[in-house]
Amino acid sequence: MDDFKPQIVAFCCSNCASSAAKVSHGMKKALPDNIKLIQVPCTGRIETLHLLKPFEEGADGVYVAGCQEDSCQYISGITKAAKRVKQVKDILEGLGIEPERIDVFQMSAGKGQEFVEVANRMVDTVKGLGPVPTA
Amino acid sequence: MIVAESKPIKELLEMVKDFKKILVVGCKGCVTVCNVGGAKEVGILASSLRIHGRKEGRDVVVGEHTLERQCDPEYIDELEEIVGDYDAVISIACGVGPQFLSERYPEKKVFPGVNTKFMGGAVEHGVWAERCAGCGTCAIHLFGGLCPIARCSKSLLNGPCGGSSHGKCEISKDVDCIWDMIVNKMTEQGRLSELLEFRPPKSWTTARDGGPRKMIREELVK
Repeated sequence: MDDFKPQIVAFCCSNCASSAAKVSHGMKKALPDNIKLIQVPCTGRIETLHLLKPFEEGADGVYVAGCQEDSCQYISGITKAAKRVKQVKDILEGLGIEPERIDVFQMSAGKGQEFVEVANRMVDTVKGLGPVPTA
Repeated sequence: MIVAESKPIKELLEMVKDFKKILVVGCKGCVTVCNVGGAKEVGILASSLRIHGRKEGRDVVVGEHTLERQCDPEYIDELEEIVGDYDAVISIACGVGPQFLSERYPEKKVFPGVNTKFMGGAVEHGVWAERCAGCGTCAIHLFGGLCPIARCSKSLLNGPCGGSSHGKCEISKDVDCIWDMIVNKMTEQGRLSELLEFRPPKSWTTARDGGPRKMIREELVK
């Protein structure tokens, strides 16, 4: 399990989380290389199917990084995303897959350190769970 | 619209556990509007089945197709060249859909992917409520435009009963007493006395009590 390198897909809001990513880059904080970032104009645009597809394609974990609830410029983007993440958690549970493999995080644009911490936390969580079981 | 909800994924997995080629069929009618059986939901269910197949090490092929409507034979014909490639079909239309598919493709094993709940409408985004019981003889004009058959827990035509309290039904504080609303509406419209008019008992023969129903429109029959 120690050499297991989980494949994780991160959907990042282009306004908050992606700015945080740039800040982290400026701070020379390295993001784990097993995280594939997908930038979206707003996390509210991420559909349930977008969150399921990575698992279908072999990802071990998925997370959404978006704005603080009170700072989404589209008002309710992260709130909608959080509800869809909850829906996918329920689906995964029904499929016998740990719901902890998907999560949602909120951060402001300047939080470069937090952006990297969230990524590392997600890697640790999924590493603890191991790969999505395949018989 | 006809309002439905998805069946639990575990129930669906159990239904199709013996099949390797599954076609998920959606409907662009009512179930698309109530976000349970349209193209999006077909994608979600198909993806879920593939993820589960992968997890179980089963080589499951899941097809996706959404018909204009599953309750009209001419649209179901569209599946003619597709359905042959699959062992099982999950219809996520209302209860009409899987039956029409079963009748049209009798050799296929067809499974319902949703639980059909009621005829109703969206009272707010993501919330649907029952409005019609399909009794076959609409009389809402006698009750201020509100249906006591669909919306009274007892379907009383001479309510309210003793279970009405502060505008709510005794079965739940989340259920409005429709008779409270009817009386208020009729009072506001100055028509309260109409509720005292004698009316013969309602005939339920036009409802489900009269057996399975059929409607024939001679001017449309070919």
